[in-house]
Amino acid sequence: MNDLTILFFSFLLLAFTISPDADEILKKVEENMTSDNRVFESEMIIHGRRGSRTITSKTYSVGDKQSFTEYLSPAREAGTKMLKLENQLWIYSPSTDRTIQISGHLLRQSVMGSDLSYEDMMDDRKLTDVYSAKLVGEEVVEERTTFVLELTAKVEDVAYHSQKMWIDTERFVPLREELYAKSGQLLKRTTLSDVQKIEGRWFPMTIVFKDMLKQGDGTEFRMTKVQFDQEIPAYLFTKAALKQ
Amino acid sequence: MIQFLLKGIIRDKNRSVLPVIVISIGVFLTVLFSAWFKGIFGDMINVNANFSTGHVKIMTRAYADNAEQMPNDLALMEAGQLINSLNAEFPTLEWVERIHFGGLLDVPGENGETRAQGMATGQGIDFFTPGSREPERMNIPGSIVQGGLPDQPGEALISNDFAERFNVKIGDPITLFGSTMYGGMAFSNFTVAGTVRFGMRALDRGAILIDITDAQAALDMADAAGEILGYFKDGQYDAEQALQVKTAFNAKYEADTDEFAPQMLRLNDQQGLDEYLAMADYISGGMTFLFILAMSIVLWNTGLLGGLRRYNEFGVRLAMGEEKNHIYRTLIIESLLIGTIGSVIGTILGLAAAYYLQEYGINFGSAIQGGGMMMPEVFRADITPESFYIGFIPGLFSMALGTALSGIGIYKRRTAVLFKELSV
Repeated sequence: MNDLTILFFSFLLLAFTISPDADEILKKVEENMTSDNRVFESEMIIHGRRGSRTITSKTYSVGDKQSFTEYLSPAREAGTKMLKLENQLWIYSPSTDRTIQISGHLLRQSVMGSDLSYEDMMDDRKLTDVYSAKLVGEEVVEERTTFVLELTAKVEDVAYHSQKMWIDTERFVPLREELYAKSGQLLKRTTLSDVQKIEGRWFPMTIVFKDMLKQGDGTEFRMTKVQFDQEIPAYLFTKAALKQ
Repeated sequence: MIQFLLKGIIRDKNRSVLPVIVISIGVFLTVLFSAWFKGIFGDMINVNANFSTGHVKIMTRAYADNAEQMPNDLALMEAGQLINSLNAEFPTLEWVERIHFGGLLDVPGENGETRAQGMATGQGIDFFTPGSREPERMNIPGSIVQGGLPDQPGEALISNDFAERFNVKIGDPITLFGSTMYGGMAFSNFTVAGTVRFGMRALDRGAILIDITDAQAALDMADAAGEILGYFKDGQYDAEQALQVKTAFNAKYEADTDEFAPQMLRLNDQQGLDEYLAMADYISGGMTFLFILAMSIVLWNTGLLGGLRRYNEFGVRLAMGEEKNHIYRTLIIESLLIGTIGSVIGTILGLAAAYYLQEYGINFGSAIQGGGMMMPEVFRADITPESFYIGFIPGLFSMALGTALSGIGIYKRRTAVLFKELSV
């Protein structure tokens, strides 16, 4: 092998190192962000025009099809439970002892007055299943070098037609996301921070959601405790569990 | 002379029949459409005042900016205290709290799970305070299809269309799912006390009416109200007085920069009603002008034909020494008499048709789409004192104008050639 060949392969290797495949990046992100199941406790701080309020909850989820959330505080919300099975969502209210199914355009409504919609909470599908990704460059975000990915939906039933993601080049965790409508209008912006290594994976513990069509300072979602690959009893993902 | 001219009008049918028919038709249309437009615009304004705008309305500035979204998170706080001060300061108005809200009405099945559900707009109004005029103001007793008014907390009225669509009976439970003032989930169970049909698509698609205290409890709005509405106690909207009240109230908060400071609007200031009020006047005036113009042209033409037919008569009268001015005057007086006869006939017919429309109206329900304004589905006429005289304006004016234009020909007759003309 002569020097020219070595130089050629070195450049090729360098090129691959600088510009990894966008799908590969997304897969690495998913390895961090998704798991077979997880249990987490969180607090959602909603910054409204009249002040802020904090809602705490505990969520159990298995894959991207099943999740169960129980709200713990404040007192008015405590005991409210939410069950997601496939693409169906039920909410149980202890004060009325009623289980209500949420469907249709109601899924686009805000959850607890936050910048998150039920639809946002429902769609846990893998990004690679829903979007085609394209690497468009690199930028520095919060002093971290990031890959900038543009994602375009390849399926119809998706809440946001396209996304732009800034992904940490070392930890493969998104640090910023912008979610767009088909018209190109920016609908939501999320900022992810406080990235911690939990059970061998990098995970952002704080996410700030900002609905760009809504006034206010956005919603801060903080995970106070995260556990991956736990044993979650199957009965939790039944409607009967809502009333217990 | 009038008696003489009347005899002429009655005996010479050719002189009067066509003009009387033309005037009667024009006056009939003027009276009918004037009363109908008045009724339509009046109903629209009353409906909006009673259901939505009040004669004056108080909201926070932030709420007013997004009022169509019913943003109860921006509602007025300490509403009770504000109402007390309004009662003391502006006693000519009755002040009431209202809460508008949107949400999901969920009908449970036997096992308590969702059997049916639909989106609904709701209002919290004062049902329970003794002497409350709110139910009558919104014509709720007259709109009840089944059941009755809520008479205890936890009871609700729902739209009859919703009840029929989802097979909800009186006494059935329903759950309201919406957002509290603070953005939390609002769940409240209600028992259906009755069903209503207002004849307004915006309300009849899906509506729930509950007592204001139930709305405050359901939406976590203790001592808060989305809106405070003021109604003149005599029931009549007075734009000038409303302006004085608004100016005095808003002046108190002029220096306050808080987006949650209260702000008062008049009925005119809301939902483009000012434009509708002005439009009602323009349409009435414009229609009268158009009928005058159209009828004048027709009657001018009729007058010219009459002038030709009575050419010899005028010649004889001039030959007998009658002055041209006198003939012209008699023609004008004659036209006024014909105009009066046509106007009386047209007004009677117009009032009869308007009365029918006042009582029965015409249903345009299928043609009315949603929108900011509440529109009654049945368009009715409203006979007012104006209806009794408005037809006489085009009736008399157009006949007089038509005759005045056609009668000018009299002044072109030359007495020197009269005998020559008459001998022909």
